[in-house]
Amino acid sequence: MEKTPGKTGFSRRAFLKGSSAAAAATALATAPDVAEAHQVGTAVLAGPTVIVLTVNGKDHKVNVEPRTTLLEVLRYQLDLTGAKPVSGDGSSGASTVLVDGKPMMASTLLAVAVRGKKIETVEGRGGEKTPDAVQKAFVQYDAQQCGFCTPGFVVATRAFLDKNPKATEADIRGGLNGNICRCGTYANVIQAAIAVAKGGGNG
Amino acid sequence: MKAFEYAQPTTQAEALALLSPEPGKCELLAGGSDLVGLLEKMVLTPDRVVNIAEIDSMQQIEADEIGGGVAIGAAVHLDDALDSPLLAMYPAMMQVISGLGSMQAQAQSTVGGDLFRRPSCWYFRSGNGLLAGGGQMVALGDNRFHAILGNDGPAKFVSASRLAPALIALGATARVIGPTIDDEEFLPLEELYRTPSREGQRETALLPNQVVSHVILPPGEGTSGIYEAKHGAGPGDPMAAAAAALRIEGGVVREAKIVLGQVAPTPWVSREAARAIVGQRVTPETAAAAGRAAVAKAAPVRYRPSEGQHPPSGTVH
Repeated sequence: MEKTPGKTGFSRRAFLKGSSAAAAATALATAPDVAEAHQVGTAVLAGPTVIVLTVNGKDHKVNVEPRTTLLEVLRYQLDLTGAKPVSGDGSSGASTVLVDGKPMMASTLLAVAVRGKKIETVEGRGGEKTPDAVQKAFVQYDAQQCGFCTPGFVVATRAFLDKNPKATEADIRGGLNGNICRCGTYANVIQAAIAVAKGGGNG
Repeated sequence: MKAFEYAQPTTQAEALALLSPEPGKCELLAGGSDLVGLLEKMVLTPDRVVNIAEIDSMQQIEADEIGGGVAIGAAVHLDDALDSPLLAMYPAMMQVISGLGSMQAQAQSTVGGDLFRRPSCWYFRSGNGLLAGGGQMVALGDNRFHAILGNDGPAKFVSASRLAPALIALGATARVIGPTIDDEEFLPLEELYRTPSREGQRETALLPNQVVSHVILPPGEGTSGIYEAKHGAGPGDPMAAAAAALRIEGGVVREAKIVLGQVAPTPWVSREAARAIVGQRVTPETAAAAGRAAVAKAAPVRYRPSEGQHPPSGTVH
């Protein structure tokens, strides 16, 4: 499993591994700066806590509680409203984001649990002026109706094609099975994904 | 969500030190794909959540030097398990992960997390407790996806783990640690599960301050596979599953372990099905006979849609 802790993360992590819980807690309590706040340790967090999340390549200081989900931070603190709250339990796929390159549901990830990981949202894939291949294909193939599920589909499609660049239609249908569209735009989503795959993953 | 404390240990010893012996006070978090939804809906209201996904010693898949099989860390993510050449000798396990139907679930969920997935029973998921009124809500209400075996007590939910039937068929052992780091036992995986008889008990035999750190599989020498009967092509739970691990010699089954999933409050080891297939060649006819033997004693809870209550809206099916 690839691990991508913060810049100074690795040595500190190794240190914490070998130390007692109490020592780790003390070390963390005296570690106020941004780089340190990336770190993971056995300190027990309770109530509001400032943590740093790496989202779309930038570090953001955010104020969370242990119960705050990544989705809540993205939408209500960072104003990244692409990922959507739909099912609350991850079954809709609408809050799909990439965590260290893997597609996961922001609605079922605690913000404190993704410290030190690279989070990428649909906003990180470009936008109106600089759309990436998947976004272009979604526009070209009219792969959205109400659009609510679309950001989740775009991120999921990107993740799937990155891992399976030569995917067939059947592969794509299987791969995007975790995303639900209540308008039923599946046919166009699949066509868009096939077009990206045929273009070598870059449209 | 109710507020809770959070800790993210990096060693097994630290994890155990953070747990409480009192049931319901602490929940273990791994991928979050099951737990966070239950916290969000206040079905679970722990005082502390301990994230065991970052414990290095539980993130590896290693060849088991002594037994010749493999030791799979409980915090191994399912997509990494699927890609591991060490696990290619366990087709039943690989088929389960491939069949999850959602790459997000594969990427986010862990092996240990799947073994402890809470039941999908809609009465449980809408906050009525695991037994839902001593089994009465299920008996009187919509019970289409409830237990057909092992359901004579108040527990009528079905075991939710997708991996457990396959891993039990493959002869898996759970390495259980706790309450202290010096406490270690190796439990046949089927013994991890038990049917609760009163509200407050869980569907596993673990103490609240014990953790499954690894799943150990013997060498995958025989033939194995799983069949999951699904409703449609979506990522939802199967309606029933059967895992089989067979040792076939000269075309004849010499040994068989057959485990049913999604049909009872625990993964259901069917000795009847195994007996029916041992000594036979596997053909559509003998396989069907084993299937009939597996469900011969099944007793579905009678479904009375006109008399009972309907499942609460907005619940998980």
